[in-house]
Amino acid sequence: MTAPLPPPKRKNPLKRTRLPVSPPDLRSRQSHLLTRAAAEGRFGLPTCLDCGALHYPPRDACPHCLSSRIGMRECSALGTLAATTTVQISNNVYFRERSPWRVGLVTLDAGPGVVAHVHGDCADGGRVRLDWRLDRSGNATAFAVPDPPSPNMMDDPQMREMTLDPKHRRVLVTDGRTALGQAMAKALSDAGAALVFVGIAEAWKPFPGSERLSAMRGVEIMPLDMTDTDSVNDLADAIGARVDIIVNTGAHIRPGGLLERKGVTVAREELEAGYLALLRLAQGFGPVMRFRGADGANSACAWVNVFSIYAQMAWPAYGAWSAAQAAMLNASLSLRGELRPGGVRVVHVFTGPTEDEWFQPLPPPKVAAGQIASAVVDALRRGLEDVYVGDVAQDFRARLDLNPKALERELGQ
Amino acid sequence: MARFAVPPRQGYGDVVVCAPVTVPYQRYSTESAHWWIGRALKALTETAGLRRQDLDGFLVSSFTLFPDTAIGLTQHYGLSPRWLDHIPMGGASGILALRKAARAVQAGDCAIAACVAGDTNHVDSFRKSLSTFSRFAQDAVYPYGSGGPNASFALICAHYMRMYGATREDFGKLAVAQRANALRFPHALMRKPLTLDDYLSARMIADPIGLYDCVMPCAGAEAFLVMREATARALGLPFARLLATIERHNAHAEDAIQHRGGWSVDIGELYTMAGIAPEALSFIQTYDDYPVISLMQLEDLGLCAKGEAKDFVRANSFTVDGTMPHNTSGGQLSVGQAGCAGGFLGMVEAIRQLTGTALGGQVANARYGLVSGFGMITYDRGLASGAAILGGA
Repeated sequence: MTAPLPPPKRKNPLKRTRLPVSPPDLRSRQSHLLTRAAAEGRFGLPTCLDCGALHYPPRDACPHCLSSRIGMRECSALGTLAATTTVQISNNVYFRERSPWRVGLVTLDAGPGVVAHVHGDCADGGRVRLDWRLDRSGNATAFAVPDPPSPNMMDDPQMREMTLDPKHRRVLVTDGRTALGQAMAKALSDAGAALVFVGIAEAWKPFPGSERLSAMRGVEIMPLDMTDTDSVNDLADAIGARVDIIVNTGAHIRPGGLLERKGVTVAREELEAGYLALLRLAQGFGPVMRFRGADGANSACAWVNVFSIYAQMAWPAYGAWSAAQAAMLNASLSLRGELRPGGVRVVHVFTGPTEDEWFQPLPPPKVAAGQIASAVVDALRRGLEDVYVGDVAQDFRARLDLNPKALERELGQ
Repeated sequence: MARFAVPPRQGYGDVVVCAPVTVPYQRYSTESAHWWIGRALKALTETAGLRRQDLDGFLVSSFTLFPDTAIGLTQHYGLSPRWLDHIPMGGASGILALRKAARAVQAGDCAIAACVAGDTNHVDSFRKSLSTFSRFAQDAVYPYGSGGPNASFALICAHYMRMYGATREDFGKLAVAQRANALRFPHALMRKPLTLDDYLSARMIADPIGLYDCVMPCAGAEAFLVMREATARALGLPFARLLATIERHNAHAEDAIQHRGGWSVDIGELYTMAGIAPEALSFIQTYDDYPVISLMQLEDLGLCAKGEAKDFVRANSFTVDGTMPHNTSGGQLSVGQAGCAGGFLGMVEAIRQLTGTALGGQVANARYGLVSGFGMITYDRGLASGAAILGGA
């Protein structure tokens, strides 16, 4: 039985902060089939596209028919824990600092045997479920959890290494003036976050929901104008060392393609509030978060950026804004690479058009703020990296996978 | 109906093995694998009274030669062989080397094959080699706690104990007997006596693998020569005959966890080819990176029925002077594991025992010896297995 994780004690400022080290991160190219599945929270195994046989570990040829056409197939994640051991002496610094570490061999109902991290509540010989989870090196690893789930399962120390659970962590939500920012604050507070800092630009300007926001448990309103470098740096100086998770919800949506716009003023504002805002936040908060990636039970662990799905391919009707989103997404991919050595994961959340006034003429389906907020909390708890919220975003992703050229034409209609 | 007939295997005729060589092990070495293998080659030539030019066959087994392979070594050592092989196959390399060299000599591809296994061990080299040991290990084992082979064999050991009822006392008995043998062997790195109590109370490394289940990585080299009997007699070298061998890789892939090795597929052929029964063996050298694997070998090599190694262990003493002498120089558990040389240790010791030239305890009237090899756990099981039966002259 997992004991509930107690709130972390106040950090002794005289004590040295443990530096992040990575678990082994060398992988074959083929194994990133699993990384892709883990990033989106799917389970499956490498499969032969000719004979259909599943195999593991990932190979470049099928061990049943020698075909070299290998892909991924979803399959049952259930299996039996055939044997376990607890590693007391490890050769890797990451595991030495976290020993003892439980591992085992899971015989999947689907056939292959998988060496896996094993949750403390799994019984030897018992039934387990396997998930692909990104470890702190950002690569997929198999993690066995009891089936059915056990109480306080998320608080198992090995589990917490794989997840980005907001419980007992301190979060910064960058823009509390929006419905999404407010829904985020509520969802994170409900998820057990120790503290939710909520950034508000130009606090003297009233905004809807401000009273409800100030009254939420654990919420602290902070001045933050992401279009102003000094404002971002001031806040980073004040609370940067106490921010374990950032949820960047900022968006500045204006309709129009390239030809309908006169001049670049609006486009510049979109870049200011999107791409450049991310740069400012990254420079203000990124270094200390990367430094604090192994700082105990409430280490820095996640940076969430909420994007429009049109960051992945332009929607000409909102063309200039799509380009700003694309710039931000591209920068965020760099941020992901730069934060990974600290074990801090950059989570991309893609949504279709939201219930925002600037999408007012669009027909449904649209995504509600609460829906995005729940998806973010779910992604943090599962340690996901790429999340598609709502029907439009998921449909977009499927179509992009099938034929990018077709999607390009369809978006232009 | 098979679509083609598999021809029967030929015997090894007058092929013999001789000139057992050990370059004394060191826990850590600042030297390279090239240095260790070079020392072994020199010792071979001195032992056999040969010039290096006389070695027209050369086989090398090593993990730490990078960036070289066997071919680069020919120029490094000034050799000009007409038969060359490189088998970085760890614990199976002694058997595999002998099989290859014996056929080369038998067919006349070379007259004298030098088989050398050697590895260095720098302070950091074991850790480094673990993380890149195999692609499967890199993708699917090392990221899970990085326990190395200790953790992988812990899973096999835990499962074996549950399946067959073997206990840590059984494993400990083998480790203790090997230490007793090692105390008489001048090259063993472990010099202190070991009791069953020491074994049982030692710290856990990855349960049920404790400290004394593990071998100590070190630097060292082992070597021997393969030639025809007439050549050995002309050189005045004491020799052992090669009676039979088997080799099998990735056997029993259907077993969810390894509880048997490839020997069990071919064991009938081994004794038939040798023309003896297991009872005729004077000693056995198993590959002992973890005693549980030795128990598995006792079963799969026909010394007892499957699952009954625990009873066999309880019924024998395994010391040089006792019943069923086993790992008579101390095995890797007590001598140390010098990389691929670990796969040669049993072979070199068997040649010494059968030629009456043991450096430590000599088995009385040693007539037939069984040597077994095992290794290469690239994912969840040891893939390579092989065995050879040697006879005295």
